[in-house]
Amino acid sequence: MRLFASYRERVGQAELALDLPEGATAGSLATEIARRFPDLTRDPGKLVVAVNQEYRDHGYGLSDEDEVALIPPVSGGSFESWGLRPAPHQPKNRRGQP
Amino acid sequence: MINITHEPLDAEALTSQVLSETNGAVVTFLGVTRRFTRGREVLHLEYEAYRPMADSKLAEIAGEMRERWSVEDIAIAHRLGRLEVGEVSLVVAVASPHRREAFAACQYCVDRVKQTVPIWKKEFFEDGEVWVGSQDDEVALEAAHSSVRPG
Repeated sequence: MRLFASYRERVGQAELALDLPEGATAGSLATEIARRFPDLTRDPGKLVVAVNQEYRDHGYGLSDEDEVALIPPVSGGSFESWGLRPAPHQPKNRRGQP
Repeated sequence: MINITHEPLDAEALTSQVLSETNGAVVTFLGVTRRFTRGREVLHLEYEAYRPMADSKLAEIAGEMRERWSVEDIAIAHRLGRLEVGEVSLVVAVASPHRREAFAACQYCVDRVKQTVPIWKKEFFEDGEVWVGSQDDEVALEAAHSSVRPG
């Protein structure tokens, strides 16, 4: 899996190999990451996961060939404060007042 | 037009890209790196992106703008790498037949870029450095808030 910015520096690597059991999800990956790197986050539920370059919720099932990345909060602030966590980004459902 | 680049951004060139005979209004936003953030002096900054996800998220935002407003001509450019204070990190140029839509679409774009595009900013200070939005940053922010709170 790929790591960026603050996560990359915390872990000390841009890429990380993880062995996950069959049927692993984005959430079980987040839990494993939080177990191995406890200073990465206070809450694995808050880790934002991208699979094949798309935001995915923690229930999303992972496959062998997937490109998985852990996405730190972007420069505008935290994902949580925008209500984006951990749901996938779905702009079409977020159409409010223009 | 979407562009993520290590080269300096040319706002004028991006603005002229969206000019056309059908558009009566062009709004161009420049995001500029500033000297002071939360009372600390910034020496320089660095931007890092997850590509090509960042490119496709920018394209997605342009699509959302076209769905919501009658804007067709959009240019979005984001700078990466080391930036000095006062340099342009983001340019959004939006053209539409009338000004109201161009303003609204441009503002929406800038807000959205800061929400969904995997680009991270690191600020360098005299006495350290911090990834904006990271846990370290939040801790620093909480400390700053609690120090100004009475009692």
